[in-house]
Amino acid sequence: MRQQSMFFSARVDEKLADVRLQANLRKVKDNFVHVFAAAKHDYNQEADFEALRDAGAAIRKRVLDNLDIWLELFEQNATARGASVLWARNGREVCEHVVNIARQHGVSKAVKSKSMLSEEADLNAALSAAGIQAVETDLGEYILQIAGNEAPSHIIAPAMHKNLDEVADLFAKTHHTPRKTGIPELAREAREVLREHFTSAQMGITGGNFLIAESGSVALVTNEGNARLATTLPRVHVVITGIEKIVPTLEDLATLLRLLTRSATGQSISNYVSVLGGTRERADPEGPQHRMFILVDNARSGLLGSDMQPMLHCIRCAACMNHCPVYHSIGGHAYGWVYPGPMGSILTPMLTGLENALELPQASTLCNQCGDVCPVRIPLPELLRMLREKQTARGLRPFRERALLKAWAWLAERPGCYALATRFARRYLAWLAGGRDRIDHLAVVPGWSKGRDFPAPQVRTFRDLYASQQRTHCRGS
Amino acid sequence: MTGTDSRDDILARVRAGLAHDPALVDTRRRAALDYLSARAQNSRPRLAGDLTQRFCQRALAMSSTLDRVASLAQVPAAVARYLTANGLPLKGVCWTCHAALDWAAAGLHVEARAAGHDDLVGITGAFCAIAETGTLMLLSGAETAATTSLLPETHIAIVPASRIVAGMEDGFALLRAEHGELPHAVNFVSGPSRTGDIELTLVLGAHGPYRVHLLIVADE
Repeated sequence: MRQQSMFFSARVDEKLADVRLQANLRKVKDNFVHVFAAAKHDYNQEADFEALRDAGAAIRKRVLDNLDIWLELFEQNATARGASVLWARNGREVCEHVVNIARQHGVSKAVKSKSMLSEEADLNAALSAAGIQAVETDLGEYILQIAGNEAPSHIIAPAMHKNLDEVADLFAKTHHTPRKTGIPELAREAREVLREHFTSAQMGITGGNFLIAESGSVALVTNEGNARLATTLPRVHVVITGIEKIVPTLEDLATLLRLLTRSATGQSISNYVSVLGGTRERADPEGPQHRMFILVDNARSGLLGSDMQPMLHCIRCAACMNHCPVYHSIGGHAYGWVYPGPMGSILTPMLTGLENALELPQASTLCNQCGDVCPVRIPLPELLRMLREKQTARGLRPFRERALLKAWAWLAERPGCYALATRFARRYLAWLAGGRDRIDHLAVVPGWSKGRDFPAPQVRTFRDLYASQQRTHCRGS
Repeated sequence: MTGTDSRDDILARVRAGLAHDPALVDTRRRAALDYLSARAQNSRPRLAGDLTQRFCQRALAMSSTLDRVASLAQVPAAVARYLTANGLPLKGVCWTCHAALDWAAAGLHVEARAAGHDDLVGITGAFCAIAETGTLMLLSGAETAATTSLLPETHIAIVPASRIVAGMEDGFALLRAEHGELPHAVNFVSGPSRTGDIELTLVLGAHGPYRVHLLIVADE
């Protein structure tokens, strides 16, 4: 997917003015925030959700601290059961692998179950260029595909920016069927159309929620059942997933699943969890004859050993964006790449270059709602703040900001000048306020004062007040 | 050229980032293997009370429906009752391990084979069931086709009460004890398929079954 995070500011204005999007975004709170709180409360009746978060964070840290060893163990156990393990340094290599596999096995059609990594790699375009039809089967992803390959705006509810009317129009136009207006009727229509594709596809492509080192298998979590169909019917199954997705044991998988489904949709478990590995045996009535795991780096290894390593704990539950006031206001598209919200504001600059996503680390109030809900305890606001530091250190902030900070630093080192300047600034601000207690517009920072008021200054500066108190104090003693 | 180049390159980058002492690689590998064989359990709910009751309560919460029968021989009559009450066809497919049940006596036409796209009712057993979440644990295999719980619009599962365990960890322990290796697919199923992808409104029946009906068998 083309990275367009540099247009963040321009898109924010567009998204704030989008009436339809704003109405859809208001549902995020009811559908994700409240159900998550209820699920946590329910879990706490029998156990301790905070202890579960500790366990989840410990599992992720254990794997990342020795990722080379765990990757080799996974590879060894996966191949021992008859699967193949391929490696891809970047999106281009992902596409090459998948196209090669498709050609080798005579694949003309592939069914896809949601994979964010295939969005990173822009896989659908590569398959289409190679003459291979790729059909998205997650209902949300399917809607986006028939809407002209729109980008997902949420990692688990990718089409949440669209409403019923738009989907009804799209289905009638694409399927040449009478326009339906009920959600159950539209879901059935999609089921029937996609069932045909499941039957005729020779290859299923999925992401992977977790890779289990112990058994060399992948765990897939869905509510729709599309991942089950895509991994049961076609003769080839390709898993595309990041190198960081490994967990050691099936016990660890059980722990992370408890965290993932509650944090994502407030469910105690998703309808379907599949643990898949190896290939079908001779007597098996179904299942893939070939299974390939493509383990993808795409800049993830660069975070290892750095202060940003905790970002690789991420299990893609979307709790951070569901609880983010910035995401609630602008939705996912403004972020300009695959991952939106707080996790996206860190991953996008880390995976695609800090200089290509200058505004994303700033797109946070650092209120820590995201850090509070992260199931694997990623200190998201802290990482955002560190990215801001890196931007400043590399001179990547706008000229105006750098000039203002330089001027302030110059003054702060010269107490006499500083006192004079603050006295002058106080007078200027008092004049701007004109007797009121707020200033609506500040010419030096027009963008900042567009959305907020600046308080009118006190009668005296702190320094003046302190100095006069010191004088009174001295006289008194 | 991708392939071994990419593998070695990625592993080298990972090692460079982690910056462990290269002399310690065997020690680190041993520690990982020790961790795998320990199979330590993490913080998890401790369920109090009757597991069957808990399983039923959570299965209902996941939109499954339930019936209890005294023995396996009573299953065909219970299936016929459910299908008739819901106006569903009295024919379907079942796992080959249930071929010997007297389906015809209950007025049912049930074939023991994997399900195809035209089959409307699929009848399965379960490897075990998870009380914590009201979940079925199904294993792929010659006699236990995965399509039977997936393709038909109605899925009926026979669950022996003796096979209800507390959590997923207990299901995995049972699997290791009874089968050693994992089959190519271990499927956990919790109620009918669903989607919330249009306007975040939940509807039952996406790609999998619209209905999941559980028959709890008291003794088998």
